[in-house]
Amino acid sequence: MAAPFSWIRPEPHGVHIVPADVWIDPSRAVDTALVTHGHADHARGGHGTTVATPETLAIMELRYATREGATPVEYGETIRLKGGVDATYIPAGHVLGSAQILLEHAGERVVITGDYKRRADPTCPPFQVTSCDIFITEATFGLPLFTHPPIEDEMAKLLGRLEAHPDSCVLVGAYALGKAQRVIAELRAAGHKQPIYLHGAMEKMCRLYEEFGVDLGELRLVSDHEKDDMRGSIVVCPPSALNDRWSRRLPDPITAMASGWMRVRQRARQRNVELPLVISDHADWNELTRTIEEVNPHETWITHGREEALLRWHQLHQRRARALALVGYEDEDD
Amino acid sequence: MEKFAALIDALIYTRSRNEKLRLIAEYLRETPDPDRGWALAALTDGLDFKAVKSSTIRGLLKERVDPVLWSLSRDFVGDTAETAALLWPEALGEAGPPPTVSEAVNTLDGMTRATVMTELPRLLDRLDSAGRYALLKLATGGMRVGVSSRLAKVAFAQAFDVPVDDVEEYWHALEPPYADLFAWGAEGADPPDTENLPLFRPFMLAHPLEETVVDLADYAAEWKWDGIRVQLVHVAGETRVYSRSGDDISATFPEMVDALDVPAVLDGELLVRGAHQGGEAGGAASFNALQQRLGRKTVSKKMLSESPAFVRLYDVLMLEGEDLRSLPWEARRRRLEKLVPVLPESHFDLSQLVEARDFDHLAQIREGARNDAIEGLMLKRRDSQYVPGRKTGLWYKWKRDPLLIDCVLMYAQRGSGKRSSFYSDYTFGCWDGDPDEGAELLPVGKAYSGFTDAELKKLDKLVRQTTLNRFGPVREVERTLVFEVAFDSVHSSKRHKSGLAMRFPRIHRIRWDKPVHEADRLTALRALIRD
Repeated sequence: MAAPFSWIRPEPHGVHIVPADVWIDPSRAVDTALVTHGHADHARGGHGTTVATPETLAIMELRYATREGATPVEYGETIRLKGGVDATYIPAGHVLGSAQILLEHAGERVVITGDYKRRADPTCPPFQVTSCDIFITEATFGLPLFTHPPIEDEMAKLLGRLEAHPDSCVLVGAYALGKAQRVIAELRAAGHKQPIYLHGAMEKMCRLYEEFGVDLGELRLVSDHEKDDMRGSIVVCPPSALNDRWSRRLPDPITAMASGWMRVRQRARQRNVELPLVISDHADWNELTRTIEEVNPHETWITHGREEALLRWHQLHQRRARALALVGYEDEDD
Repeated sequence: MEKFAALIDALIYTRSRNEKLRLIAEYLRETPDPDRGWALAALTDGLDFKAVKSSTIRGLLKERVDPVLWSLSRDFVGDTAETAALLWPEALGEAGPPPTVSEAVNTLDGMTRATVMTELPRLLDRLDSAGRYALLKLATGGMRVGVSSRLAKVAFAQAFDVPVDDVEEYWHALEPPYADLFAWGAEGADPPDTENLPLFRPFMLAHPLEETVVDLADYAAEWKWDGIRVQLVHVAGETRVYSRSGDDISATFPEMVDALDVPAVLDGELLVRGAHQGGEAGGAASFNALQQRLGRKTVSKKMLSESPAFVRLYDVLMLEGEDLRSLPWEARRRRLEKLVPVLPESHFDLSQLVEARDFDHLAQIREGARNDAIEGLMLKRRDSQYVPGRKTGLWYKWKRDPLLIDCVLMYAQRGSGKRSSFYSDYTFGCWDGDPDEGAELLPVGKAYSGFTDAELKKLDKLVRQTTLNRFGPVREVERTLVFEVAFDSVHSSKRHKSGLAMRFPRIHRIRWDKPVHEADRLTALRALIRD
């Protein structure tokens, strides 16, 4: 009999499930990939077969303009892979379609989270705690200084600023997949009924969310409107457009950014942000550590982020952990 | 404290100078005394609390947070006060209402090394994260909100509609919380009595000459000396030495305090004597020699005798109670020339004018300057009044061209503040022989300026991709990149393994194209020593 867990092997370019010869979120093209969610650093194109939720597959199709090899799996559904490996997709609460993947083989259970959060999000079902032997987690915000405030507080900050500057607009930089739609949905939940203006790069993803039943209210494109139409409005764009020439067409924009990194003042200053909104689609420090306690695995593997601090936490709490040093996962804009 | 904390945060996130001015002015108008005075002092780093240092904060936090997690967090944030404000555990139960700024200042001021570890936590417990940040920044200085003391003075002038030059002048006469300044500005009281106070007068500064060519009929040339610019003030039996920023550095140079007993305000370059470091015989030594004396609060007898200071005079602002600043430079110069013989020769001399036939001749003289205490030339309009700050066309500085050498990037360290996430401080080295024969690189200097933000991003990426070793915040990298480094001079140094220390090194160009074995050898750098 093989050594325990020898069937699952972390390699620099992804986690390899040896008997099934499939890869989880590989950063280069492979024959068969199991993809946790649609962010580009996890969902690369060019795989022979891509196994993911229908939402994630739709996002990938939007991005790579092909459905070739797309194999949908619903939340809660288990598929049998080669070599006696079962894979079950479980909500991760990160973005539309995001999933943790439970892998079972020879009586051993491994959960790989992809990216996840524990806060409620009107655009996707919540994270489910799943017991396992090995818990493979992210650690994007794995430092104790990261505690995300309630999103209601951040919405109040945003709407308060808008009210105080009725002749300007507030330009919110937000990741085009997930963060942007969550911010819009939370604005609607906070009672903001006005049209919200979008950078062109946001439009298709918002429409895709709407097709999957997420209500975003009235959305307009910046390019279809005059400067004066947008006074007193919220405009959403990708973070890269915040300080771009593009924003010159806006009426006296106040630059905001929705990101967990905004917790650190100098980070916000580096991006020339005037209104930092601490909104993240990742678990904060308390949520990371609480999740590990709830899942209570035999061992934790850490894929990416601030792994040193989370390793230290495991040491302080007499838990087993290792860092995988995977390459290619980026987190700067979240 | 909440209003002050809100001001600090608003200033951090505001880019526009006008908006910063508006925010400060509004705060100064709406906040009562003495809170606004303390706040103004905090913004301009005018407060100092003996018992509260960065190390105190580290100590407090390490009692509450695992030391490893603290260090990792501090390294990520790049700022001790902010890290502490974020990591401070929220108080359990009733901690009391937030303190006012004056209560915080008085409590901080009353702390001793024995009590700070119990009293500072009590203050922190009464504040939220933003309040803790403001308090810790107020306590330890270094606000980093992009507010210079000049900007704060302009804001004061705007808030109360008074002339900024008056604010600048009275400011230095007063101690925080500046009750008399506010009484004058806000309440229309008489201006503070400054006649018998040893006040700092704002310096007149120069623009770089760059491509400008001037007519020597209109401009006089004099050497620009490589020391520190100082202002000496003697009034009513008291002498002060002020640095360029208006800091009182009298305690660092007690011999200069003793040397001046004529009622005057003088502008000059502070230097130390010694021919041993490339200076003139019996005259000024290089900046390297002066460096040993900077930043000391007390000075040993040995230091006073080995590196005695003197001031080479450039200008006279006031004499025997008469304000000369509105006279043309030529008239002030004549007064200065008459004054110098009256002053003790051991501690004062006159900065000599440089005579040249024309501008080209002057350029030749500048090229030929071999004295290491010379930083370049100054060009002063003969009819220029002494006006604060940099006014176009009056004074120019024309520095010597920097020296250049090709070095190899060896280590990188994360910056702080705005650059806290970037590897922005670079240590570089030269070869100790022929690299093809197995020579090694020895570090020769460190630089953190001279590149654009876009280049910084590229450099940061390179550091992350080519890391060989990590030592805390420092990374050792593969030897792949050549920097063309500019520097003002190079000296022998026992502190460095290479035996060399550069003065003011900065990245001149990044030689992405140049193979590392073509970088310079130590012998090339050593040849540039002028000691």
